[in-house]
Amino acid sequence: MTYLLRRLAVFPLVLIGVSIVVFVAIRMVPGDAITAMLGTEAGLLTPAQREALSVYFGIDQPWFVQYGRWLAGLLHGNLGISSTYGKPVLEIILERFPLTLELALLSMLIALVVGVPAGVFAATHNEKFSGLGVRVAAMIGQSTPNFVLALLIIYTLSAGFGVLPAMGEFSPLWQDPLRNLGQLILPAITLGFAFAASVTRISRSAMLDVLSDDYVRTARSKGVSARGVIWRHALPNALIPVVTLSGIEFGYLLGGAVIVEQIYALPGLGRLVLDAILQRDYALVQGAVLFIAFNFMIVNLLVDLAYVALDPRIRLGEQ
Amino acid sequence: MVQHLTRKLLSGMALPGIALAAMLGTVAVPVQANAATLHMAWSQDATGLDPHKQTAFSSLRLLELIYEPLVRVDASLQIVPAIATSWQFSQDGKELTFKLDPKAKYHNGAAVTSADVKASFERIPDEKTGAAARANFLSIASIDTPDPVTVVFHLSQPDVPILTAMSDVNAAIVPAGEITAGSVGTKAIGSGPFKLDKWDPNAREVLSANKDWAGGATGVDGIEISVLPDETAILAAMRTKQIEFALLNDPLVATLVPQEASLQLNRVPVLAYHVLQLNPSRKPMTELKVRQAISCAIDRQEVLDTASLGEGKVTGPLTIPSLATDPSQLFCYKRDVEKAKQLMSEAGYADGFSATVIGATGEPPTAAAEAQVIQSQLAEIGVKLDIKMMELNVYVDAWLKGDFDMAIALNGGRADPYTMYNRYWTKAGNLQKVANYIDDTLDSQMQQGRTETDPAKRKAIFAEFEKHLAEVSPWIWLYTSYSYTAQQKNIAGFVPTPTGTLFSLSKVTIQQ
Repeated sequence: MTYLLRRLAVFPLVLIGVSIVVFVAIRMVPGDAITAMLGTEAGLLTPAQREALSVYFGIDQPWFVQYGRWLAGLLHGNLGISSTYGKPVLEIILERFPLTLELALLSMLIALVVGVPAGVFAATHNEKFSGLGVRVAAMIGQSTPNFVLALLIIYTLSAGFGVLPAMGEFSPLWQDPLRNLGQLILPAITLGFAFAASVTRISRSAMLDVLSDDYVRTARSKGVSARGVIWRHALPNALIPVVTLSGIEFGYLLGGAVIVEQIYALPGLGRLVLDAILQRDYALVQGAVLFIAFNFMIVNLLVDLAYVALDPRIRLGEQ
Repeated sequence: MVQHLTRKLLSGMALPGIALAAMLGTVAVPVQANAATLHMAWSQDATGLDPHKQTAFSSLRLLELIYEPLVRVDASLQIVPAIATSWQFSQDGKELTFKLDPKAKYHNGAAVTSADVKASFERIPDEKTGAAARANFLSIASIDTPDPVTVVFHLSQPDVPILTAMSDVNAAIVPAGEITAGSVGTKAIGSGPFKLDKWDPNAREVLSANKDWAGGATGVDGIEISVLPDETAILAAMRTKQIEFALLNDPLVATLVPQEASLQLNRVPVLAYHVLQLNPSRKPMTELKVRQAISCAIDRQEVLDTASLGEGKVTGPLTIPSLATDPSQLFCYKRDVEKAKQLMSEAGYADGFSATVIGATGEPPTAAAEAQVIQSQLAEIGVKLDIKMMELNVYVDAWLKGDFDMAIALNGGRADPYTMYNRYWTKAGNLQKVANYIDDTLDSQMQQGRTETDPAKRKAIFAEFEKHLAEVSPWIWLYTSYSYTAQQKNIAGFVPTPTGTLFSLSKVTIQQ
């Protein structure tokens, strides 16, 4: 409990650090909201016109004044107003987040359902051709860029079979579950493919370690069936590195899968941040990155707590 | 054998395909034969709704469907009525009178009046507005509105190109009340053929027909525009008939469209031009002979063929069909490497020099390829080019500051050469710091072109302007490309134009 409170107490400090880095970094990149809106035509503006637009976009003050204003808003739960959408940043993020969360969960589900059994299979068939086959498949999965896989899936489906999930307008899960699943299944497979490959490789190597441990030998000598040894005794102990990997991957996915969202035209968090950066929508970039960092910290905390559940010998926070 | 295998493979794929179709069946949306809504896609979304402030290509294409200017240009670049039914210049060219269409109404039902025109043309030149098109209307001295359907513009000097500038959606007429309320751009109230019902930035727009449009009934009840950032995904969505009409930028994707039996590719040469901008304020581009050597060393047709698959036409500075001259007659438009080497030698750069060329990633999609071809061509005269590709905004920032040796650019064209080039090639041009070159001849030719009302004399003035510009070579004009739209073959009535406008979607119909 003390550990949990200590971890939660660090959250605000990390978030302030992240906010300063993002705030400064986005302003160091050349170009601003005016050039993003007008492109090269921005050169036609007179100084007075530029000044008027700077006031409109809220970039007329020095950066530390802008940061102070933004931080003051943040303390009141206000992440600012997006210059692109004309809406509160938090509202936009919360509109986009369910898609990203659902996509991340679906990808992780695919990765674990495929990756863990495949890893166990490869470990228990280590010296066999079938085990080698799984390892090769995992290597291919890890080294295939997801945009290649996405384009391949889209091309094969549209040119070969004349079908494609509806793109453009996204249906939330609670409005039309079937349509929602149809829209997300291919992106989830695309993301889950490489994710599953990583899970396969890590669960294989963890299983190989555990299978050579004394307690496994003891269990075998006591007459426990091969299946029982693997699934009841060995696997739970081999899962810790899988949980670590899944946690990190899941955290990344909660930040949005930019490329996959671009290709499948999914209005998720990744595309939101990318568009915000391209349009120099500072408030939106800051708010979204802060939100992503917060999610990442929560996922890390949950991973740490999962260790305890998997292995009661682990005591968090003890020296 | 191959055919047999292919058949076997295809038949083998058919079963899982059917299963897949069944799974995705709920989400694949086939086009209804009698659909009254046009499903459209583009890869880049509008960036805002204020017609006086937006300059992005996709913003203009959306806003042209919602707002109307006083006049328009048609597919042959002739001025035709929009809100104004007629117009007339006074004898001295300093007074321009418009008669408005009494049937013109805004989406909220209010009539478009001369007071709205006056308010709109007072808003555009106001520096507080931040309208990029302001520079085109600085000759307006005052505006009179003798009655609700008559507007008289009093000009400080004869200004022939102002009429063309008024055809742009950047000069759209917006309600005076919205200007006073400061709500232009938040509520998109125009008098155009469609009303904006919903805009989810970077995702989609929903438009419905304006039943009161003075231009008559629209061909469809509405348009739904999806933003699909990847153009190969747009093509895939067209194959499955989810999308009926699309705007394409990438020639590599556009050339795949004719391979689909159900699709039709529309392409039309546009006024925008691909150009290698030299920076004549930086050594050694300060030397006329060095600039000319670069011009002679570049094979423009090869750049076009390699970077853009030949999809376009080599051009001189003038891209307007009625004014363009034969580019083969311009200075060094036939590649001459020996002459280039001689010019380099005479300028004292026989051993060549190193320079950096900047380009924006994906804007245009051919930028990197153009830079690479030019790099290899200039290597033949000893010029070592370092290519620096940048994110668009970073590029724009460097470009506006004139912070480059050379820049690959796709610059927009206008239906009038003065409006198109006064920003660069006049002494008072707003983008002189980008062009970094001006001489008395160019400046004087532009001023003559601005005030000359005789079309034949005007054409001759701009022909001389073009010839001189090619000779002094501050920039190396390369080619004009096409604007591409793709459509299902059951879509009828779309008229592609050199300005790239999608206005004719107002008359498009979906055939049974």
